[in-house]
Amino acid sequence: MTDKNQNKANNITLGKFSLIAVAMFGFGFALAPMYEAFCQAFGINGRFVEIQDGTYDSSNKVANITEVDKSRLVKVQFTASRNQNMNWEFKALESIVEVNPGEIRVVKFYAKNNTDKTVIAQAVPSVSPGRATKYLNKIECFCFTQQTFKPGEAREMPLRFVVDPALPGKISTLTLAYTFFDTQNRRASNMTDNSRETKLAVNSVVTNAQQ
Amino acid sequence: MSDHKPSGITRWIFTTNHKDIGTLYLWFAFIMFFVGGSMAMVIRAELLQPGMQVVDPLFFNSMTTMHGLIMVFGAVMPAMVGFANWMVPMMIGAPDMALPRMNNWSFWILPFAGTMLVSTLFMEGGGPAFGWTFYAPLSTTFAPQSTDFFIFAVHLLGFSSIMGAINIIATILNMRAPGMTLMKMPLFVWTWLITAFLLIAVMPVLAGAVTMMLTDRNFGTSFFDAAGGGDPVLFQHVFWFFGHPEVYIMILPSFGIVSQIIPTFARKQLFGYASMVYATAAIAFLSFIVWAHHMFTVGMPVAGELYFTYATVMIAVPTAVKVFNWTATMWKGSMTFETPMLWAVGFVFLFTVGGFTGLMMGVAPADFQYHDTYFIVAHFHYVLVPGAVFAIIGGIYYWIPKWTGNMYDEKLGKLHFWLSAISVNILFFPQHFIGLAGMPRRIPDYAVQFSEFNFMSSIGGFVFGATQLLFLYIVIKCIRGGEKATDQVWDNPEGLEWTIPSPAPYHTFETAPQIK
Amino acid sequence: MPASKITKKLSSLICMALVLIPGLAFADYELNLTESVTALGKEIYDLHMLVLIICTVVCVAVFAVIIYSLINHRKSKGAKPATFHESATVEFIWTVIPFIILVIIAVPATKVLLKIEDASNPDLTIKATGWQWKWEYEYLDNGVHFFSNLDKASNDARQLGSKTDPRTVPNYLLDVDNPIVVPVNKKVRILTTANDVIHAWWVPELAVKRDAIPGFINESWFKAEKTGVYRGQCAELCGKDHGFMPIVVNVVSDSEYNDWVASQKKAMAAAKASAGKTWSKADLMKRGEEVYNASCAACHQANGQGIPGVFPGIAGSKVATGPVEGHIDIVINGKPGTAMQAFGTQLSPADSAAVITFQRNAFGNNTGDVVQPSQISR
Repeated sequence: MTDKNQNKANNITLGKFSLIAVAMFGFGFALAPMYEAFCQAFGINGRFVEIQDGTYDSSNKVANITEVDKSRLVKVQFTASRNQNMNWEFKALESIVEVNPGEIRVVKFYAKNNTDKTVIAQAVPSVSPGRATKYLNKIECFCFTQQTFKPGEAREMPLRFVVDPALPGKISTLTLAYTFFDTQNRRASNMTDNSRETKLAVNSVVTNAQQ
Repeated sequence: MSDHKPSGITRWIFTTNHKDIGTLYLWFAFIMFFVGGSMAMVIRAELLQPGMQVVDPLFFNSMTTMHGLIMVFGAVMPAMVGFANWMVPMMIGAPDMALPRMNNWSFWILPFAGTMLVSTLFMEGGGPAFGWTFYAPLSTTFAPQSTDFFIFAVHLLGFSSIMGAINIIATILNMRAPGMTLMKMPLFVWTWLITAFLLIAVMPVLAGAVTMMLTDRNFGTSFFDAAGGGDPVLFQHVFWFFGHPEVYIMILPSFGIVSQIIPTFARKQLFGYASMVYATAAIAFLSFIVWAHHMFTVGMPVAGELYFTYATVMIAVPTAVKVFNWTATMWKGSMTFETPMLWAVGFVFLFTVGGFTGLMMGVAPADFQYHDTYFIVAHFHYVLVPGAVFAIIGGIYYWIPKWTGNMYDEKLGKLHFWLSAISVNILFFPQHFIGLAGMPRRIPDYAVQFSEFNFMSSIGGFVFGATQLLFLYIVIKCIRGGEKATDQVWDNPEGLEWTIPSPAPYHTFETAPQIK
Repeated sequence: MPASKITKKLSSLICMALVLIPGLAFADYELNLTESVTALGKEIYDLHMLVLIICTVVCVAVFAVIIYSLINHRKSKGAKPATFHESATVEFIWTVIPFIILVIIAVPATKVLLKIEDASNPDLTIKATGWQWKWEYEYLDNGVHFFSNLDKASNDARQLGSKTDPRTVPNYLLDVDNPIVVPVNKKVRILTTANDVIHAWWVPELAVKRDAIPGFINESWFKAEKTGVYRGQCAELCGKDHGFMPIVVNVVSDSEYNDWVASQKKAMAAAKASAGKTWSKADLMKRGEEVYNASCAACHQANGQGIPGVFPGIAGSKVATGPVEGHIDIVINGKPGTAMQAFGTQLSPADSAAVITFQRNAFGNNTGDVVQPSQISR
């Protein structure tokens, strides 16, 4: 009977397209890692995807930087913000430095927890212009790990960085911005992303070993 | 052949008949059109004068949000599915949809999803107030509790659309009458086939986006939260990967309807059938690779902005081809202007206006100035109201004699058109001016230099809204009686739907017709 | 709105419509894109005009053909339908022509875009941070730092049911308490970021619009060629008061700018010094009301009643009538997971003390408590 064949054909079509729909649902989630890959490759949003993922390997980043490019100076600006509800002081102690690409520099940031609670905070770095992101290498940074501040605690935190001499000549001013987020200050504060914390912890061991 | 119809309420609840389900879809869309429309009236009432007179800003934001969501997911999309249900089987000579039981299910999800969506307005903390684009983190960390219901409603709406789309594809691919080759299908069927592919490709991505929102809100993930390694901009990319094809999901079937109406009343075959099909496919393809033109100001790399500019303006080519084809169809025809034709011609004019502003916005450096202003509001309302909605209304006038067996009131139909066409321009044209002059969108109150045009726009809005009540009256009057329609209804129209009696019997084409 | 006003508006509209034909009536109303005071903005304007003119010409041409056809090819005029329904040549031509037009548009668009995205070598860098619902500005080169709120006159007039006619308020919704001041003919780089949700920093006359995204930094720039006051608004929906966080940029001469920087530094030093001073209750209440209206009323409402289910009221609240320490804590540190911000980072100790004193003694909260700046720990 053609009717039977027809039903069969319809069910096959249903199956096929249901599979496509399920696959596209997965694709929606796959956009997240794809976006990260794009961000890393093209410096979209000035994100340091590897730092955020806890896979940043600072020694590898500076391995190829062997000499200092004395022929030009690059202005590096620093700025600091806190995300909502954080009664902290947070500022860059030097707001602008001029460096030769390839030269390792240290600048300090100051943070003070003005609350009477212990706060675990994560600094999120971002660079403008975005395409300079991959040329601004951090050797030591308080953004590699979560920072714990006791009530009223104040701390100076160093940032050791080097600008890759491969930085395109057109870029003469870089801005590195940090935003401190209170990690407990999220809607679902009782649920923490364990995998991420582990990655960051491992990373901090690596960073410490390098020093 | 029996034409037995079950009776009573169970007829509608358990129906697997494509005509019944089509009717249900159309009524659901009509009701939601008035629900969303009354929200638009609230918005225009608040914007009538500078200063806050009617609602508080938070409620205003939920009005703009719900108006958008309801019109997109509750009115335009279900109306298009309603047309597909009624017309696709009749146009390809099939007895019913391919998967009739699933068809019942995909409709009956809708009233529940719609009710859930509207009910958020009455929850503590108010309804969703973050715009129909629900950008994170406003829709995640900073949203009211009712957002979780909104997410569930979007899941249901998406599920319904996907099932509807699969059904339409299965019907078109498997159920065509012998001899009905793909390139012989009426253009409406073609546009719906392509639209259904778009739906299956992007509705799951929307489901993915809201699922990520849900886990960010409740389960500690951080897809869109920078604190945990995410990025709010990712949300915009995922959303617009869905969102851009979505706007074509609303407009492609409208192209199909207009391409059915114009040849009938020009008494001339559609010009460039093949190029119409290719242009539709080209628009669908391009819709997948241009999404980021909705977000030029987020700070993309220059290369990205250039790419999205070039890809976006390319859409103008197939769209222009369509407008030229409709023009050439009318050219040297023998035109009459019954109500459906008026709506179709109105569509061609006004959609073109919306298309051109779309081209302007595709040019990134200029879009930096247009972005998030009333210019954008004017643009997308031109493509969706005198675009999609005019096509839907035109389609209803065109096919309602076949559905009910009665002619609608031609005089009232014409009045409905002229009132709508004039008021819709008073409503939306001034919004171009205030947008260019610097009025941001989604604001409940504005600087006084925008007063005159906002006043004008609101008056146009009230007239347009009231005019649609006339439409409701015309439709009810037509269902209840009127001059009997002939089987052909119009002057020798093309298509299988005109070969069956009016009103269309409950079961049609149980024996497949032969297509020459 | 009184009926007489509607009639008046309607009649003026009709008059406007009547004179619309000669195109004179709208002389006062902006119809086109705002003209910019920067060279780059003028290029953007020219690009806009180029595309607009191309669109208009093509639109008019297509409409002319359709209208001709509508008039002449109708059955009532005895038109007989032709039988043609395709033509490869014609279809090819009308595919290629739009393509060529697009290339003509794309070339200048690319040029302008490359200039927009080149923010290098600025003379001055200002960080603009979007908050719900105000802007925070920080001059990276000289440390000037302040918050910019909607001005009081607009804020009063924009309340639901206010008796003030917005038309009587100068620069209604487009004025702030602290505008940013920049020197003329200097390349100013604006860095945008946000404290909570996404905002967008937009000043039409400076031709700058850039999203402010929490956790990330974006850059854009302008070089104003004319002194003057330029006004803009937040352009990305950011919650309830999205429409009420304007941006005002005051472009002045170099010397005026330097004077302004000096006075700002003085004011910042004075605010620091005032932390140790003891204030009278009347002074605290007076200052407190001002701070309340600028910083608190958006959510807790001018009458202190809040919005039920969304923003708690101050009137009779446990916090404002309970222990002083708890009240200070919530104002200074905010309340995690809610819209209550940590105002310790925004207000000086004197302002915090004043607003807490005000909240404890206004709206029927007659606690009689006086909070001094010294009680606000930093």
